[in-house]
Amino acid sequence: MCGIVGLFLKKDELRPQLGDLLTDMLITMTDRGPDSAGIAIYGDETGGLKMTVQSDTPAVTFAGLDAALAEVLGGPVTMKVVDTHAVLDLPEGTEAAARDFMKARGIRVMGAGASMEIFKEIGLPKDVAARFGIRAMGGSHGIGHTRMATESAVTTLGAHPFSTGDDQCLVHNGSLSNHNQMRRVLTEKGFAPQTQNDTEVAACYISSRLAEGANLGEALEGTLDDLDGFFTFVVGTKNGFGVVRDPIACKPAVMAETEDYVAFGSEYRAFAKLPGIDTARVWEPEPATVYFWER
Amino acid sequence: MQTIDMATTPLRELNSALQAQAETTNQTQWVIENPKGAHAVAVGLDAPIEVTVKGSTGYYCAGMNKQATVHVTGSAGPGVAENMMSGTVIIDGDASQYAGATGHGGLLVIKGNASSRCGISMKGIDIVVHGNIGHMSAFMAQSGNLVVCGNAGDALGDSLYEARLFVRGSVKSLGSDCIEKEMRPEHIEILKDLLERAGSDAKPEEFKRYGSARTLYNFHVDHASAY
Repeated sequence: MCGIVGLFLKKDELRPQLGDLLTDMLITMTDRGPDSAGIAIYGDETGGLKMTVQSDTPAVTFAGLDAALAEVLGGPVTMKVVDTHAVLDLPEGTEAAARDFMKARGIRVMGAGASMEIFKEIGLPKDVAARFGIRAMGGSHGIGHTRMATESAVTTLGAHPFSTGDDQCLVHNGSLSNHNQMRRVLTEKGFAPQTQNDTEVAACYISSRLAEGANLGEALEGTLDDLDGFFTFVVGTKNGFGVVRDPIACKPAVMAETEDYVAFGSEYRAFAKLPGIDTARVWEPEPATVYFWER
Repeated sequence: MQTIDMATTPLRELNSALQAQAETTNQTQWVIENPKGAHAVAVGLDAPIEVTVKGSTGYYCAGMNKQATVHVTGSAGPGVAENMMSGTVIIDGDASQYAGATGHGGLLVIKGNASSRCGISMKGIDIVVHGNIGHMSAFMAQSGNLVVCGNAGDALGDSLYEARLFVRGSVKSLGSDCIEKEMRPEHIEILKDLLERAGSDAKPEEFKRYGSARTLYNFHVDHASAY
């Protein structure tokens, strides 16, 4: 069992409330996943590259990180430390060098992109959301996950969302049965998962398909042929939001749409506080059917 | 009329109050407000009371119902009216997976669509769905009637026993050992009664009947290699 929530805004008016709405949705899914929680939020673009990094010893690790990085990258770097995470704003074209820098220092990269920031930790969703101040965050869309671990350990890196490409993230309810096989295939293609987690394999799969030129819908369609097991996936890209369920569709899913937003929840109760939910179109996504929205 | 607001009353208190009603209660009308997708709303009832749930419910609403009429004005999550024994459950919106699963009796009416596994292992319940149903519905269904005014998904009635399935629209595929059967006058009568009680104006003559071919009932030596 796990809990998934997602919110994709169609109008800008709700942008300042995105974090607040997502936090309430996430907390209602605590029963489905009390082990860890995470959220990917697509906020304002800065013109550069945002990189979210994590450390278990933030006070030591993040001290002077921005200055050291600026020197190596040869350009201005700003840093916003949020609990165990830091969001770095880097000059364009420096991602590879920045990733090498992090790797050498043992700092974990949670994700990178023009607008996506990603925060995840072990603990109850309400505590994780409070530590990162998710309520105060604005943005165009976001995806959250509460995890009840089955396929790999309860760790920060095993928490969802998984990001394996710029501005891409994926969350998963279910368990994959061919992830070891797919891990080998994806590693050969240059999309090697960093953990033993089955969900990260799915994220790498989507990233590989997008890199090959597929659009989000085509990449999601591919999961139905190439991934075996139980899954409800919700995927975010810089401009898009997608959902797909496996053909058996045991893992629960419900969606709601109004003129203002598209929302996803593992259960209806995740929607209870959304504005206009009483008159929203609410439906259960069909098995083996891809749903996606792009702006 | 008794009104219980779930915004202020805990679920257990609500269910205890409903379950405490005896056969002879004079508190026959109940309204539940603000369910907001809560699980296990109005479960285990055993009295001839009428409960209106104003909004949408989560898992297992009206499970194990006996005698009571439970009316949900929104949609219902997975397992609505699971193992119902008698009484009536009406869902104005959609129902999620395994609606009416293992039900022994009573009537379940879904005015919207039901998703996968509707009526799985039903054992005497009657289910009327005004819209469509999803895949693997009526899997191993033993007795009772499943009436679908819209279309049915894949593998309808797989490994079916003696439940009767009536579908007005298309059937994406039939499951193992499920076949179309002749609609006889007694079936039209059953259907007419169920549609009437479920508030549907569909005509019984528009439906097709499906049932068990009964080839899976006994071991057949030609199938030995399949085991």
